[in-house]
Amino acid sequence: MEVDPFIFRLSIFVLSIFIGYYVVWSVTPSLHTPLMSVTNAISSVIIVGAIVAASGLTFQTSFEFSNILGFAAIILAAINIFGGFLVTQRMLQMYKKKKKDK
Amino acid sequence: MSANLSAIFYLISGVLFILALKGLSSPKTSRQGNVFGIIGMIIAIVVTILSVGNFSTGLIYVLMFLLLGGAIGAFIAFKIPMTAMPELVAGFHSLVGLAAVFVAISAFLKPEVFNLGMPGNIKIVSLIEMSIGASIGAITFSGSVIAFLKLQGIMSGSPITFKGQHFINALIGISIIVLIYYLCVTQLPNLFWLIILLSFLIGLLLIIPIGGADMPVVISMLNSYSGWAAAGIGFTLENTALIITGALVGSSGAILSYIMCKGMNRSFFNVILGGWGGTDKTLDTKNSEQRPVKSGNAEDAAFLMKNASSIIIVPGYGMAVAQAQHSLKEMVDTLKNNGIKVAYAIHPVAGRMPGHMNVLLAEANVPYDEVFELEEINNDFANCDVVFVIGANDVTNPIAKTDPQSPIYGMPVLDVEKSKSVLFAKRSLSPGYAGIDNELFYRDNTLMLFADAKKMTEDIIKNL
Repeated sequence: MEVDPFIFRLSIFVLSIFIGYYVVWSVTPSLHTPLMSVTNAISSVIIVGAIVAASGLTFQTSFEFSNILGFAAIILAAINIFGGFLVTQRMLQMYKKKKKDK
Repeated sequence: MSANLSAIFYLISGVLFILALKGLSSPKTSRQGNVFGIIGMIIAIVVTILSVGNFSTGLIYVLMFLLLGGAIGAFIAFKIPMTAMPELVAGFHSLVGLAAVFVAISAFLKPEVFNLGMPGNIKIVSLIEMSIGASIGAITFSGSVIAFLKLQGIMSGSPITFKGQHFINALIGISIIVLIYYLCVTQLPNLFWLIILLSFLIGLLLIIPIGGADMPVVISMLNSYSGWAAAGIGFTLENTALIITGALVGSSGAILSYIMCKGMNRSFFNVILGGWGGTDKTLDTKNSEQRPVKSGNAEDAAFLMKNASSIIIVPGYGMAVAQAQHSLKEMVDTLKNNGIKVAYAIHPVAGRMPGHMNVLLAEANVPYDEVFELEEINNDFANCDVVFVIGANDVTNPIAKTDPQSPIYGMPVLDVEKSKSVLFAKRSLSPGYAGIDNELFYRDNTLMLFADAKKMTEDIIKNL
């Protein structure tokens, strides 16, 4: 009997939780705020679903409610992606300046 | 683009996200990590656009909305003051949550676009996945909005509790699960709307009873939720990048919540059930009104500091409120020019979010190797001449070690009372978020400096 692809996805999910667990424990406490802003940015990879929802025209070629929701989700996710990565970069830049100061 | 090829690219972007988090293990590698994250995101977006393969007007709109959102995000990222990071992060969480809800609704209305079956006949597994994704997304959204309002001060930071609260929450929680079951059986759209509606409601109810002092836990928790919501959607869309990212973010937020709870010696459930940090604890302070305190001015503080050979600074949220980090750094520079050793001690729950104080000090150009965590520095207080507590309170309270009756008993605290003298910059003797009196105020070796943190620091500089 063949294994349901869902099981593969579940395996990826469970293993990723463990990777996340070990990687996040190795993050230095002084960088916990950038950690939050960067996880914020990467969780907005949900934009891939938004793009499919927005541009997925079915039999009809007209825009429907589901497309509108897709576009709304693109805006929300894009705010997060740009905002999250840029504010992280801005913070990490501050941690750099000090080395020069010394 | 073939499905297999895009799946491989999604895997690559998932790996890049792992490297982005890995980079944060040291300030040196952190910027490189952020670049990995950005590359991973670009790959995911480009691959999705290519695999949709719709290069007509649809694509133009997608790019237009992407850039519109991006411009808003970039504007916010450059304008936001570092003291407002907790609000910003809470706001961003709400956006992820809402985006997850929108994508889930879209998938429910047009399942054929996502290859999940037809409306009214959606695959059961997909239906469960999208309901979970939508539900957690909705909880993240409404919970984050409340957290944002509390942090902004638009809504009172004190916990809002009412009778039967936990019972109602449990009832709604169970209803959501039952509704998901019936949705799978009947495929009725109305059940789906009801699930989302109830999830919005429970997100709201979960956060309103949590007090202002517990905001670090709340923000971490919502961070975790936003990850689980993304993972739920990832399962629905059968997208590896989303599943990996969701799992990473989910466990990251969970670990941060755990660290914050440990920093306050409270169990996670204790925080969630709420009620701490309210005004009902003020009765603890009534017997101490008359106790004498020694108070001094900037001149006294400067005198003590000048004659010290080592000083430890303990910053707290009050420093952020007063925007005193820059004058503090100036004061420390003056002290260091006089040959005095200065270090900073940061409690895990100082500030309103994990690592908040570190970022503020970094903003003021304090080198990160002068900033120490509680475990690293706690033994040094005994050998230190002066401790300067600026805007912190509960995290220095020795009562946490001595009085089992105290609500903060067992919470790890900074042993500031072991140093030769303690300078306490504070507006008044009012208790901190925990609502209890700080015994430290009445010690012989404590000098209270009643003033705004920033003004006091500036006055000390003048007297040095």
